[in-house]
Amino acid sequence: METNTNEKLKKAASEALNISGAEAVIRCLLAEGANLVYGYPGGAIMPIYDELYKFQDELHHVLTRHEQGATHAAQGFARTSGKVGVALATSGPGATNLVTGIADAQIDSTPMVCITGQVASHLLGSDAFQETDIIGISTPVTKWNYQITKASEIPEIMAKAFYIARSGRPGPVLIDITKDAQFEKFDFAYQKCDGIRSYQPYPTLVMDAVDEAATLIAQAKKPLIVWGQGVILGKAEEEFKTFVEKSGIPAVWTILGLSALPTDHPSNRGMVGMHGNYAPNLLTNECDLLIAVGMRFDDRVTGDLTTYAKQAKIIHLELDPAEVNKNVLADVVLLADCKISLKALNDRVEEKTYPQWLQRFDELDAIEHEKVIHSDLNPSKTGLTMGEAIAMINKHSNGDAVIVTDVGQHQMVACRYAKFNQSKSNVTSGGLGTMGFALPAAIGAKMGAMDREVVAVIGDGGYQMTIQELGTIFQQHLAVKIVVLNNDFLGMVRQWQQLFFDKRYASTEMVNPDFVTIAKGFQIEAKRVKERKDLDLAVQEMMTSKKPYFLEVCVEKEDNVFPMIATGASVSDIRLE
Amino acid sequence: MEQKIFTISVYTENNVGLLNRISAIFLKRHINIESFSTSQSEIKDVFRFVIVVKMTAEKVVKIVKQIEKQVDVIRAFYHTDEETIFQENALYKVKSSALFEERQIQNIIKESHSNIVTVSPEFFVIEKTGFRNETEQLRKDLEPYGLLQFVRSGRISVTKAKMGISEILNTFKNNNK
Ligand SMILES: Cc1ncc(C[n+]2csc(CCOP(=O)(O)OP(=O)(O)O)c2C)c(N)n1
Ligand SMILES: [Mg+2]
Repeated sequence: METNTNEKLKKAASEALNISGAEAVIRCLLAEGANLVYGYPGGAIMPIYDELYKFQDELHHVLTRHEQGATHAAQGFARTSGKVGVALATSGPGATNLVTGIADAQIDSTPMVCITGQVASHLLGSDAFQETDIIGISTPVTKWNYQITKASEIPEIMAKAFYIARSGRPGPVLIDITKDAQFEKFDFAYQKCDGIRSYQPYPTLVMDAVDEAATLIAQAKKPLIVWGQGVILGKAEEEFKTFVEKSGIPAVWTILGLSALPTDHPSNRGMVGMHGNYAPNLLTNECDLLIAVGMRFDDRVTGDLTTYAKQAKIIHLELDPAEVNKNVLADVVLLADCKISLKALNDRVEEKTYPQWLQRFDELDAIEHEKVIHSDLNPSKTGLTMGEAIAMINKHSNGDAVIVTDVGQHQMVACRYAKFNQSKSNVTSGGLGTMGFALPAAIGAKMGAMDREVVAVIGDGGYQMTIQELGTIFQQHLAVKIVVLNNDFLGMVRQWQQLFFDKRYASTEMVNPDFVTIAKGFQIEAKRVKERKDLDLAVQEMMTSKKPYFLEVCVEKEDNVFPMIATGASVSDIRLE
Repeated sequence: MEQKIFTISVYTENNVGLLNRISAIFLKRHINIESFSTSQSEIKDVFRFVIVVKMTAEKVVKIVKQIEKQVDVIRAFYHTDEETIFQENALYKVKSSALFEERQIQNIIKESHSNIVTVSPEFFVIEKTGFRNETEQLRKDLEPYGLLQFVRSGRISVTKAKMGISEILNTFKNNNK
């Protein structure tokens, strides 16, 4: 099997005389190891689909039900596999349907290559049928994009596309290929890209900065590590764990950093940000040294910048120069892939413990537990809470599942309470907050980690934004587990209306369809749970099923997610109720 | 913080969409571009954008990093007026009768150190290269005589300091040998 694949890759990479641009695209994909693509056909990309038909033994194409689904699936795949996700679409509406996923991948640094068909080059600019300027439209939301009008450009541009998407700070690349370039015959030869002179994705670490950082760490009495997705993207989980363990410094995560360090790790002290934990947020403004690892001080993390960690010295481990001093001024910057900077730091930090400082965490954790967590997980009221649904998933997954979340209250609750034992297990739309992300992303997440359970946790609102992807799950026989936490509300918006708009619930209450019937219509096993006593068994049944499974959990309609830092407020003003 | 005029110089590969990509960085931040020009640079196949903006020093640093982050951008720099030599070019089209009937025009042309580019029976064209206040003064001076057309180029500028683009490109070549 293994040699077989290698043979095929070799065949793909080898030179081929007089082949079409469309065939060249397929051979490029195979040469890059991309044997799984998501997409949707149409006129301007038909030559490529014709080649997909011929190459179907080598390259698996997943027909999503909407191009947005193709991008999110490619993202989900990238996030669990660490590889570049690929999405295909036709010109015009096919291409514009990709934009949300591309923007999501850009802001969350997800490696993705999108290939769009375009009208024939002689028609460009003529307002031809399904012509749209997707290069112009996608420019602000892509790491790079390029329009190919000649077949001979395909190998070099495709090689560049993959190189750019995955190197440095990853991101989405869009390649637009005119139909005539897909038909055109040429002599194909593929060479992987290993450098572009105008693009330096890996800055060289300055060792003096490492020494300065080590000195600051040695002097600190109340240091705090805040880590983000950079740890995962840099494949630096081991180095990070060593850093945390050796330094003895408490570590807290941004939503995209989640799962890089196991939930149970004693130094893992929870989430920062708007709905993060009490201690991490409050102690951000108490620490004397803040070590930011692969995170970019997003406003949802920092709240009001003028009152953010002003008392602390800041060390920033960052790969992207544009993120340095963008939101928060750093005292020491380690500009490098954090796998490298962490390793260098590990050689210089001393083993230490901070019993008093850690005690502050314990004190504040106890407060959060009493005011929020206890009632979230062991509610005394009749209605189910989102928290207990997540806790039940933990019970049956043992923390080994990939959890894919959509956007809203359920997302915050899931990230707060889900248990993770291994990295690349939390897939969510962080920077863009794209409702509709989870269901298609779960498809890709599963295909990127076939040996793992993948549970999508989705709100009743976001679920209906991409519900058509049930068709993809059905057609692909993918054992994705879908949990809709149904509060019959656009819950997160309703919470804001309650807190900041005097309970004027403008267009946030939803009359929902029978989700169980819908799932069954796609021949997906489905169940609804309304009562506490049925939750355990239902989740168990879902988790042990070898097939796709849909579980609707009807939860309290007007529960709120706490703690919360209001938009623009200081992290010190975190509220528990 | 005080807003100042900055000249941003961007060395790039020649790529069709790059102009759009760079201007989008300003658009996204709601920043008005004072002037924008692009041309071949001192290095073969390397292009140079000269962008003039008015903003705080803090902001310009961030913008330049965002520009430099683009894959096809080799390097981007920003400079204050004191750190650059810069000029603008302006063309003034005036009806020819004025040149012959108004003696004063001859003096204006002479004193402003501008050149007559072309003269035809209907009109003549004056060219002036200089600072904004100079081209502007000439425009005001010519206005009473019937300015048929006026156009001014974006700023072009070279820096007093060395740019070192060739070195950057050579380093890349050596690293990738
Ligand atoms: C595409 C998109 N549109 C609108 C929003 C704004 N928004 C954020 S959360 C939310 C409510 C989500 O409701 P639901 O999916 O039911 O999740 P819940 O908050 O109830 O758990 C909305 C409308 C968004 N994030 N994305
Ligand atoms: Mg809801």
